[in-house]
Amino acid sequence: MAQIFHRSANTLARASILGVVLLLSAVGAALMQLQRSPYVTNQHIAPDQPVPFSHQHHVAGLGLDCRYCHTSVEESSFAGIPPTKTCINCHAQLWTSAQLLEPVRYSFRTGKSLEWSRVHDLPDYVYFNHSIHIAKGVGCFSCHGAVDQMPLMYAENSLQMEWCLNCHREPEKFLRPREEVFNMTYQQPDRHHPVTFEGKQYLSQIDLGQVLREKYHLRTPQDITSCSTCHR
Amino acid sequence: MAPQVQDEIDVLPPKGVRPPILGPGQTLRTVTDRIGGVVLTKHTPVFWLLIVAVAVAITGILNTAIGYLLMKGTGIWGINIPVGWGFAIVNFVWWIGIGHAGTLISAILLLFKQSWRTSINRFAEAMTIFAVMQAGLFPLVHTGRPWLAAYWLFPYPNSMGVWPQFRSPLIWDVFAVSTYFTVSFLFWGIGLIPDFATLRDQAKTLTVRRIYGMLAMGWRGSARHWNRYETAYMLLAGLATPLVLSVHSVVSLDFAVSVVPGWHTTFFPPYFVAGAIFSGFAMVLILAIPFRYLYGMQDYITLRHLQNCAKVMLATGLIVAYSYLLEMFIGWYSNDKYELAMVHNRLFGPYSKYYYTLIFCNIITPQSLWFNKVRSSPALLFLVSCVVQCGMWLERFVIVVMSLQRDYLPTSWGMYWFTKWDVMTLLGTMGFFTLLFFLFIRFMPAISIFEIRALLPQAKVKE
Amino acid sequence: MSNNSDSQSSLIPASEIKPATMELEAVRSKLADAKGPKYWRTLEELVDQQAFGDLLEREFPRHASEWIDPVSRRSFLKLAGASLALAGLTGCTKQPLEQILPYVRQPEELIPGRPIYYATAMPFNGHALPLLVETHEFRPTKVEGNPQHQASLGSTDLFAQASILNMYDPDRSIAVTYKGEPRPWGEFLGSIRGRVQYHKSNQGAGLRFLTGAVASPTLGSQMRAVLQLFPQAKWHRWEPIHRDSIRQGSKAAFGNYYDPIYKFAAADVVVSLDADFLSGSWFPGFLSYSRDFMSRRKDPKAGMNRLYVAESAPSTTGAKADHRIPALNAEIEKIARALAAKVGVGSAGGEQLSAEQQKWINAAAADLAKSKGRCLVVPGVFQSATVFALAQAMNAALGNVGQTVNYIDPVEIDPVEHTQSIRELADDLRSGKVQTLVVMGGNPVFDAPADVQFGDALEKFAANEQNQLIQLHIYRNDTTDFATWHVPEAHYLESWGDVRSYDGTVSIIQPMIAPLFDGRTAGEIIAIFIDQATTPGHDLVQAYWRSQHSGDDFEAWWRRALHDGFIGNTAFPARQVKANAAVPPAQTAHVAGQQGEFVEVIFRPDPTIFDGGFVNNAWLQETPKPLSRTTWDNVAFISPAMAARYGFLRLEQKTIEQSDRAKNVNADHQSDAENVIEINVGGRKVKAAMWPQPGQPDNAVTLFMGYGQKRTGRVGSGYGYDAYSIRPSGSQYAGFGAVQATNEHWSIAVQQGHFTMDDRAPVRSSNLEEFEKEPNFAREEPEPARDESLYPDFRDKGWYQQHAWAMAIDLNSCIGCQACTVACYAENNISVVGKEQVQRGREMLWLRIDSYYEGDPANPTMYFQPVPCMQCENAPCEPVCPVGATLHSTEGLNDMVYNRCVGTRYCSNNCPYKVRRFNFFLFADYETPIRKLGRNPDVTVRSRGVMEKCTYCVQRINAARITAEKEDRRVRDGEVKTACQQSCPTEAIYFGDMNDPNSKVAKWKKNQRNYSLLADVNTRPRTTYIASVKNPNPEFEKA
Repeated sequence: MAQIFHRSANTLARASILGVVLLLSAVGAALMQLQRSPYVTNQHIAPDQPVPFSHQHHVAGLGLDCRYCHTSVEESSFAGIPPTKTCINCHAQLWTSAQLLEPVRYSFRTGKSLEWSRVHDLPDYVYFNHSIHIAKGVGCFSCHGAVDQMPLMYAENSLQMEWCLNCHREPEKFLRPREEVFNMTYQQPDRHHPVTFEGKQYLSQIDLGQVLREKYHLRTPQDITSCSTCHR
Repeated sequence: MAPQVQDEIDVLPPKGVRPPILGPGQTLRTVTDRIGGVVLTKHTPVFWLLIVAVAVAITGILNTAIGYLLMKGTGIWGINIPVGWGFAIVNFVWWIGIGHAGTLISAILLLFKQSWRTSINRFAEAMTIFAVMQAGLFPLVHTGRPWLAAYWLFPYPNSMGVWPQFRSPLIWDVFAVSTYFTVSFLFWGIGLIPDFATLRDQAKTLTVRRIYGMLAMGWRGSARHWNRYETAYMLLAGLATPLVLSVHSVVSLDFAVSVVPGWHTTFFPPYFVAGAIFSGFAMVLILAIPFRYLYGMQDYITLRHLQNCAKVMLATGLIVAYSYLLEMFIGWYSNDKYELAMVHNRLFGPYSKYYYTLIFCNIITPQSLWFNKVRSSPALLFLVSCVVQCGMWLERFVIVVMSLQRDYLPTSWGMYWFTKWDVMTLLGTMGFFTLLFFLFIRFMPAISIFEIRALLPQAKVKE
Repeated sequence: MSNNSDSQSSLIPASEIKPATMELEAVRSKLADAKGPKYWRTLEELVDQQAFGDLLEREFPRHASEWIDPVSRRSFLKLAGASLALAGLTGCTKQPLEQILPYVRQPEELIPGRPIYYATAMPFNGHALPLLVETHEFRPTKVEGNPQHQASLGSTDLFAQASILNMYDPDRSIAVTYKGEPRPWGEFLGSIRGRVQYHKSNQGAGLRFLTGAVASPTLGSQMRAVLQLFPQAKWHRWEPIHRDSIRQGSKAAFGNYYDPIYKFAAADVVVSLDADFLSGSWFPGFLSYSRDFMSRRKDPKAGMNRLYVAESAPSTTGAKADHRIPALNAEIEKIARALAAKVGVGSAGGEQLSAEQQKWINAAAADLAKSKGRCLVVPGVFQSATVFALAQAMNAALGNVGQTVNYIDPVEIDPVEHTQSIRELADDLRSGKVQTLVVMGGNPVFDAPADVQFGDALEKFAANEQNQLIQLHIYRNDTTDFATWHVPEAHYLESWGDVRSYDGTVSIIQPMIAPLFDGRTAGEIIAIFIDQATTPGHDLVQAYWRSQHSGDDFEAWWRRALHDGFIGNTAFPARQVKANAAVPPAQTAHVAGQQGEFVEVIFRPDPTIFDGGFVNNAWLQETPKPLSRTTWDNVAFISPAMAARYGFLRLEQKTIEQSDRAKNVNADHQSDAENVIEINVGGRKVKAAMWPQPGQPDNAVTLFMGYGQKRTGRVGSGYGYDAYSIRPSGSQYAGFGAVQATNEHWSIAVQQGHFTMDDRAPVRSSNLEEFEKEPNFAREEPEPARDESLYPDFRDKGWYQQHAWAMAIDLNSCIGCQACTVACYAENNISVVGKEQVQRGREMLWLRIDSYYEGDPANPTMYFQPVPCMQCENAPCEPVCPVGATLHSTEGLNDMVYNRCVGTRYCSNNCPYKVRRFNFFLFADYETPIRKLGRNPDVTVRSRGVMEKCTYCVQRINAARITAEKEDRRVRDGEVKTACQQSCPTEAIYFGDMNDPNSKVAKWKKNQRNYSLLADVNTRPRTTYIASVKNPNPEFEKA
């Protein structure tokens, strides 16, 4: 009797077997990427702000210290967003008529808060504490990136759990001397740029990191990867 | 196809003679026509439409229940603290258990060269797959946040940098059940190929031929095909056999691993496997008896099959009975105050009536199967199977609820009352199961055509 | 300090608060411009819904469908929305863009993200509960006791803990209203000023004030000023839970009003005549008294004290007694008389007493005689004046005055006898002598004695259009129906003021936050009458104290007072008083001839909602009432024997075991459908659900007051019965009446169904004699060896190195007062689930206090056992979680990771202690904006489908550890206090680091009475218990 399928059906059938497998794995891989993509994490995306505040200008340009605005970073979990007053301290004299700064002056006049968009936004079930990281010698740079190079603020890192764990599992890779924490130009030691700590020169981050771990009494990775370190 | 008259076929043979595996006067053609006809016929029987209609309605109930569950949370069920698991887990274990007979019949009986399996293995396998589908539903929806459980239970490199906890029996479940489903499905699919080919060749219209043609995957029945087919089938049988034992053993570990008195025992795996086969065969009978009657398949599913199933039930039923006794004995023998309290609670606690019902269903009733009269009466067998099926559900209820209800501290003892949503979910899965099964009967050969042929005297000539 | 409007818009995370404030404003404005009927709709819709819910509830008590209970009565969309929102907070979903709102001008003292503590005090029943309040960005989130204050010593009771929820109650009164219509404050002021002018013209005739017991010097001086300005005006006082008997008794004994101050620490033998000084703050000084009393029971070897209790209603005090005797209220006086005679006061009136009672008296008398000057006889505040007088006479005779008891001037300003005061007012209202009535606080229509018929009096009063009732209250309550003007009262956390504690010490009340619904204080209302309407509360208080303070350093002095939370040496000095020898005549003569079918009807404040003021407080509603463990309803205690006589019990219950077995028949304990009985007192009837309570004296019914208010919020309405409706002024705490069975049933939500220990001995106890013989009685069976487990021993992995957190709970000291439970609610954002869910066994409290009874139900031995998470080292919950949502921390905690939990509930099934709680629905309130203000920002708010449990307050541990690490040191012992530990009046809970050998907890763990709960399961719990040791009189049997 007549064939109900064309010959090519055989090839199709064989191909489809392989095809399905490939397709599934492709979809899986795609999802895995999506999950880590800026679309989800907002990494490297500068949200709109009421005032186009430039860290580059204020930090690199004017050389302001982080703590001038983020006052509570050393004693509180929250680094602190400067009150309008802080802006006005300078801008009462400088750029007093700049259109860009009108929202600031408006806020100061009316007592209504400026409504900044959060750039570094952890989920509400994550309890991050700035002060302890500062105290243990984690530089601002390690999490926030080269803020002094950012005309508009964006998140340098994904802030996803796997990213946090990178450091919590091997802190020595990131630690720096306490006095360098706020230094945006600090470079990790390597063969070409040694770092001197307490009179001793270090040519590799690991060596320095090990020393700092002891010095600053870091708890073991086991300790700082216990769930309740960040989740309550 | 009009149902044939029951009696002339189900007549008892003289004492000492076992009924035949096949009715008299079967030829290769009759086999193909009768079995293939069910599928290929244009006219759909009225009873089929009725049953499917009802099944669809009940499936609707299932959807409602689950939809509402997703919207409001597991609180719509009767569960609480201390009884954190209720109907959902009971149903899960029950359905998984039912799923056992299929693989057992197709794989183990095949390896043991039991020729009587051929008439029932096909729909037994189907039953397995559909049952496991029902079962698979529960572990997911019974969680508080199914939308997360769906992807957190599987290990993959996620952005949280954490893995599932492989120490947990629930994870073992995920793998055990999914493996079991996959293998059963393959086994079933492979077995169907030659029959799809037959249907393809028998089909009148082109579309039908194309559809079955695709499913038949270009089967031409050449010696080469048969050779490869046999090998694959045997391999899968070999794979499936250990699964029959492993799946329900793993399921039983969900309980055995815990510290709850009444769960924390070492003999759960054999106990559960036996129970599973017990209920599995009960379900085979529950499906086979109406099926052979409605479609007049008495020639292919003969008293012999029913009797054999009954015998298996009797055997496994006895193991189950033994397990119940053992449970009590261990409780007493351990002389552990919590175990003793558990036993006491089974016998005299607030739920004792369930326990006694269970004893009646699973120990007393099956004893009737000692009698040839009962084994040879489809009606009675159907009844017994139904009773046993209820018994097996109750067994899981007793294990899950009665153990949790009173564990260690008297102050935290509690009661469990199911809600209408619990019932709707259980009922719904039954409806869904029926729906799937009858669709299967309508569109796929419910009895293995080519294997039946192999049993015919004409076939024997070939050897 | 007071806060500025900024504070509300400055919260972190910003997402938490911005919508909140906006919606808050919305609500306010919505109600402000709503008129007449619309206004009521907005306010009462919810009440209607509630009523509907209750209707259904009565129809099907047990199988109440889940959608009628207040928690899950929410629209699908919202639910789905919330659950999706939660899903949104997980793994691979996009986070919504959040706003962040910095201050415009940031207050100096504020460090964003750091809590600040302020001292203040809570006025309660005519005295003060001194507090420290934790605030986050000027939102109070948690109250603690003030450690420097004698009246607190750092501990609190459940009322103080829960009071914060009242402040964030969305059902609070939110607008000034005139005859129900919202009006601006200015209009009110205008109209009242007119009123004031008028009364100035008539010397204040017809001007009346009604307040509760006032212990505020400032308010007192204001009232005096008012009464000077309006000589004809009168100031009435009414507290439903008043202490008139003490007043009268003290008049009888000393010829003047005095408050007794007891020194339990100095007493070797304490005899309580129905005095529940270990039960609640309605016994002034409860907090420090229970601390003092238990200080003598920490170490049995160091001179343990002995407690004799004769009580008419089972109380937690009776539960701690070494010799407890149940007695009818009427019998207490006889017992007192007989006891007095034995210690040489007056002569026995030949009282006929039962053999047990006689034995008890003999033993007590002997003990008292043995320890003259080192003993104490304490009369109950609910007892007759005679008992008070007798008790003080005995103390005098035993030479206790000055040793264990002192007498000071009353803490209440210008004390009066409240019953008389309210009756006078009612009479004047009827006879039309009153034109202006100012009611500040209280709810007389609801809680005045039944025969005073205050409501009816007000109706007559209101009939005259000219008359005006001005009400100041935090809620719109039953009295509001008669109010011409209603002014929302400021919560004490919103107001300036001052108040004296039981010993007279003054605390300044300072606000933590600006009034949320611009409420006013009593002081500010009174100020209107003395032409200081514009003076803010702060100035009123400061002005008064400036006048009191001598010396020019006022500012410093004031700041110090605010900082410490009290003003030094303001405690009243002890008065040298002479008790008159004459023993007062029997007052309860009417007892005779009223026996027979009559039973004694005893009235008591509800242990969790007190006089009804807390009826809309969800935490207190869901907190199990001590002893009965019932919630959401008040019940009527009757003795099991009596219940059997009425045929209420399915089995005869001669023993506790039998009563539990009866429960097996009944089986259904989470919601006992109890028989309803009708109590008839002098023709007034009320129907109440009976409760067979072991230890209840036979032939007596104990009713609990506070429930049954007509108008209250969405939490409080629809539960319980109104005991006030039959409370006669003649016998306000105990009278006689008839009881009859009805065929109605009412289902009660109970959190514990079985009160026997079976053979599991969760509570180990002994008495002094045997303890000395067998000091290790608590650890008879040895714990299984560490290697007898398949679970990993984390010690081998080098864990528990730095810290090993652990807890020890002293069963001897626990008085079952439930303060810890409520503190836990407040600290950990625990959700309330509602009555129906409790009936289904889904209560969420992380720390429960199990009660056990032993022996004869007529007079059983009672034990309390607080059960938090045991933080097992071999934790059964951990290995079974498929997603690893509960894991072991290196410090030995069983960490619970809510955001990881998918809710299989396996961990709870596998928990031998059943301390885990599950969010079966979306129990957490994501909708009411005002509630968000009160949440603890350091603890995740759990959503639906998530398991939760006690964490040892890990947020506090982390905070302390971070502080310590920044200072490069270890966490000091006592630096971390769990919420339960901090609130405990008797310091029954010790928490700390086991690794530190000098820590309190480490020492207690070494104590020979220390044992693990269910040790034989080998879970190796970090929470252990110190077995209880009682100190019965060895000669008791001979007595």
